[in-house]
Amino acid sequence: MANGTATTANAAPLIKPKVSGEDWIMRAVLMGIALYLLISIVLPLYAILSKSFKNADGVFVGLANYVNFFSTPALFWSIQNSLTVTLICCVIVVTLAFIYAYALTRTCMPLKGLFKGVALLPILMPSLLPAISLVYLFGNQGIIKEWLFGYEIYGPIGIVMGECFYVFPHVLTIMLIAMANSDARLYEASDALGASKIKTFFTVTLPSVRYGVVSAFFVCFTLVITDFGVPKVVGGKYNVLATDIYKQVVGRQDFEMGAVVSMVLLLPALFAFAADRLVQRKQVALLSARAVPYQPKKNAGVDYGMLAFCGVIGFILVSILAMAAYASFATFWPYNLSLSLKHYAFEMMDGGGWDAYYNSIEMAAWTAVIGTAMVFTGAYLVEKSKGFHTGRAAMQLLCMVPMAVPGLVLGLAYVFFFNAPDNPLGFLYHTMPILVICTVTHFYTVSHLTAVTALKQLDAEFESVSQSLKVPFYKTFFRITVPVCMPAILDISMYLFVNAMTTVSAVVFLYSPDTALASVAILNMDDAGDVAPAAAMGMMIVGTAAAVRLVHAGLTRGILGRTQAWRKR
Amino acid sequence: MKFKWFSGLAMGLAVAATASVLGAAQAKAKTDLLVYTAVEADELKKFKKAFESDYPDVNIKWVRDSTGIITSKLLAEKDNPKADIVWGVAATSLLLLSNYDYFQGYAPKGLDKLSKKYYDTTNPAPLWVGQRAWIASICFNTVEGEKYKLPVPTSWDDLTKPVYKGHVIMPNPNSSGTGFLDVSSWIQLKGEDAAWKYMDALHENIARYTHSGSKPCKLAAKGEIPIGVSFAYRGAKSKNDGAPLEVVAPSEGVGWDLESFGIVKNTKNLKAAQALADWSVSKKAQEIYNEEYAVVAMPGIAKPVKNFPPGIEDKMIKNDFKWAASNRIRILDEWRKRYDGKSEPK
Repeated sequence: MANGTATTANAAPLIKPKVSGEDWIMRAVLMGIALYLLISIVLPLYAILSKSFKNADGVFVGLANYVNFFSTPALFWSIQNSLTVTLICCVIVVTLAFIYAYALTRTCMPLKGLFKGVALLPILMPSLLPAISLVYLFGNQGIIKEWLFGYEIYGPIGIVMGECFYVFPHVLTIMLIAMANSDARLYEASDALGASKIKTFFTVTLPSVRYGVVSAFFVCFTLVITDFGVPKVVGGKYNVLATDIYKQVVGRQDFEMGAVVSMVLLLPALFAFAADRLVQRKQVALLSARAVPYQPKKNAGVDYGMLAFCGVIGFILVSILAMAAYASFATFWPYNLSLSLKHYAFEMMDGGGWDAYYNSIEMAAWTAVIGTAMVFTGAYLVEKSKGFHTGRAAMQLLCMVPMAVPGLVLGLAYVFFFNAPDNPLGFLYHTMPILVICTVTHFYTVSHLTAVTALKQLDAEFESVSQSLKVPFYKTFFRITVPVCMPAILDISMYLFVNAMTTVSAVVFLYSPDTALASVAILNMDDAGDVAPAAAMGMMIVGTAAAVRLVHAGLTRGILGRTQAWRKR
Repeated sequence: MKFKWFSGLAMGLAVAATASVLGAAQAKAKTDLLVYTAVEADELKKFKKAFESDYPDVNIKWVRDSTGIITSKLLAEKDNPKADIVWGVAATSLLLLSNYDYFQGYAPKGLDKLSKKYYDTTNPAPLWVGQRAWIASICFNTVEGEKYKLPVPTSWDDLTKPVYKGHVIMPNPNSSGTGFLDVSSWIQLKGEDAAWKYMDALHENIARYTHSGSKPCKLAAKGEIPIGVSFAYRGAKSKNDGAPLEVVAPSEGVGWDLESFGIVKNTKNLKAAQALADWSVSKKAQEIYNEEYAVVAMPGIAKPVKNFPPGIEDKMIKNDFKWAASNRIRILDEWRKRYDGKSEPK
C-alpha cells in the first residue's frame, strides 16, 4: 500500500515532506507494534471465527454448529437470560451511579474524598470475590439471608447483585467525567430566567450529561454481559452466555460450540462498543472553550440527603468486601467462627497453591512493564510521527479492537490460534509470555486512550523545535515526552497491573500447571467447594492491588512535584 | 535522576532473567513427569513427597481437575498427548481412552500381588491398573437436618421424597466422575428406563448441580445444602474435620469406580512413568491409599478408615466398567438433554 504522504502530494500541489531516516525508524517501530496487535488480536479472532464453521475434525461444515446452537434450548435460552440480567443491572447501576456522581460533583456534601475512594474498591477485586461474598451474606447459611424474603441468591438475583457491585466503579468513573464537564453559565442563565431547581435539572443537567449516561450504559452492558466470575459462582441453574462458553470448553471440551457461543457473545459486545464510540464522538463537541466550570452552592437539604444516599451505597460496598474478609478468616463456617489462617494454607487445595499468587504477581509485573512501554511508545508514534497517515490510522483502529472483544472470547481465540500445530508461535502456548501477551492485549485500548489523551496535551512544537535543533526524536522522547507524561505512564502501568491481578476471563483457558494464577485459583477452589480459601485468595489479590495503588499514589505525588512543577504558574 | 531509575529497572530485569535461567538449568537435572490426575488436591502433596523420596530424580508435575474435565482434556489432546502418565483417574475413563489407543501396556513390578478384579486382565501387559476404589455416599448435615426436620435418608429412593425438595445437591456427571458413577450405578441397579424415571424425580429435589464431586459434600458440611451426593472419602474427611455430618451408604447399593493409572503411549519419559507405575502398586503406596480410602487394590492391606460408613464394601455394586465406558458419552448426552440448563425463562 502506498503511504499517505504520497497520495496527498499527488492530489494537491503540496511540497512532499522529505522522509528522513528518523521517520523510517519511527515507522518501523510503529509497524512493529501494529504487527504485534495483528498477531495478538486480529489473527486469533480469525482463528476462532473459522473454528465456529468447522467440526471437531477440522472439516468445514458451514453453519451446522450455529444450527446446533440455536436448536439446543439450553444454549439458546442463555441469550435471553444474559440480556435480561444485563439490562436490569445496567438500569440499576446507571441510576445509582448517576446520583452518586451528582453528589460528588454537584453538591457540597462532606466527605467527598472518602466516598470517591470507597466507590473504587470493587476495581481491586476479581468479580468472583463479590459473588462469593454474596453467598456468605445471602446463601442458605448467609448472615442476612432473610433479607431476600425467601428468594434464592443462586440465580438472576445473585447475578444482578454481584454485577452491580462489580461494574459500579466503572460506570461511576464515566459519570464523573460527564458531570465534571458542565458549563456554569447555563446554570446562571437558568437561575436568572427564574427556572426552578427541578426544571434546571431536567433542562440543563440531564441534557448536558446525556451522552455520558448513554456511554455509561453501553460500558455497563458490555462489562456485565461478558463477565463470567459472578454468574459462575452465584448463577445456580441460571445459564448465561459467559458461563456457557466456559462449560462448553472446560466442561465438555466442545471447542467448536465454545467458538459459536463466543461469536454470539461477541455480537452484543461489538454493538455496544460501536454505539459507545459514536456517542463519545458527539460528547467531545459539546463543551466549548469558553465554558466556566460549575461551582456547587451549599444546600443543607440536598447535601445531607446525598450524604445519606452515598453513605448507604458506600456501606454496601464496604460490607461486601468486609464479608469476604471475615469469611476468609472464619475457621469453619458457620459452625466455628473463631478466626484462623487455615484457609490461607493454599497448598492443601486446588488452584496451584501460593505459587499461583506469586505467578500472578510476576504476570502482573511483566504486563505492567512491557504493556506500558509498548502502549506508550505506540501512542506516541501514532500521535507524533509525521506523514504516513494510512499506517497511523490503521494503527489507531487496531488499538481500538481489543476493547470490543470479551476476555473469554480472546482467551479461547488464543487457544485456537497458538495451539494450532502449524503455528510457528506455538512454543508460546502454556507459558508465562502468552499470559502476558494476552493480558496486555486484553487491556490495550483503555491504556492506549489514556496515553493518547496525555500526549494530546503536549504541544507538537516540542518535536518541531527539537528537530530544527537536530536533536534525535528519541532524545526528545526520553527527555521531554516521557517525563512530562509520567503521571499518565504511571496510571497506565497501575491500570495494567491491577487488571492483570484480577482478570479471570481471558487467562482461564491459557494457564498451565506451571503458570496457575491467583484469580483462576479462586475459580478452581470455588469449583471444588473450598469457598473460604477462594475468599482468602481473593483477599490476597485485593491486598496486593490496594498496596500497588497506594505506591502509585505516593509515586504520582512525588513525581508530580518533580516533573510537573512547570504546569503551575 | 530518571536515568538512574531506568537503569535500576534494567538491572533488576537482568537479574531476574539470569535467576530464571539458572533456576531452569537446575530443574533440568531432574525428569519432569507430567501426571494427569483426578485425585483430591489435599492428597497430592503427600503422594508427590512419598514418591519423590523413593525416586529423587523424578519431579512430578500434577495437572489436576475433576474426572470429567481431565477425561475431556485427555480426549481433546488425543492426537498430540501432553501427559506422560494418567494416574488416579476413573477406570471407566481409562477404558474409554484406551479405545483411542491412548496407553501402552506395562506390567508394574509386583502386579501379581494385586487383586485380579482391579486391573486390566484382557491384555498381556495391562493398559490400566487400579489403585483404590472411591465409593458413592450421601453426606447428611445433622444440624441443618434437624432445623428443617429432615429424616436421615437411608436409600437412594428416599432422596426423591417431597420432604427433601431443594435440600439435595449432586455433581454434574458431565464434569464429575462421582456424578457419573452415581448415574451409571443407578442405571446398572434399576435398568435404564427405571433409572431415568428415578432421576426425573430426583431432579425435582435437586437444588443445583455442581462442577466437582467433592463440592456437594463440602457444601453439606457447611450446611449450605443439607444433603450432598458425594463420595465416602470426602464425607469421612469432612466429618473428621469436625463437620456435623452423617455419611450414609444407601441400602440399594453404591456405585464406585477405581482410581487407576495408565502410561501414555510414546511418552518421552517412559522410565519415569514406569517408576511411578512400579511405585504405585507397592505395599508402601497401597498403605498410603488406605490412609483415606477403605478399599485398595492389594488384598489384606486395608484397615478400616475412621468415619467411613460401616459395611460400605458389601454395598459396592457389581460394576461393569466396560459397559460404563462404552455407554458413557451416550448417557452423558441424555443426561444433559434432560437436566442441564433447566433454566428456561419463565
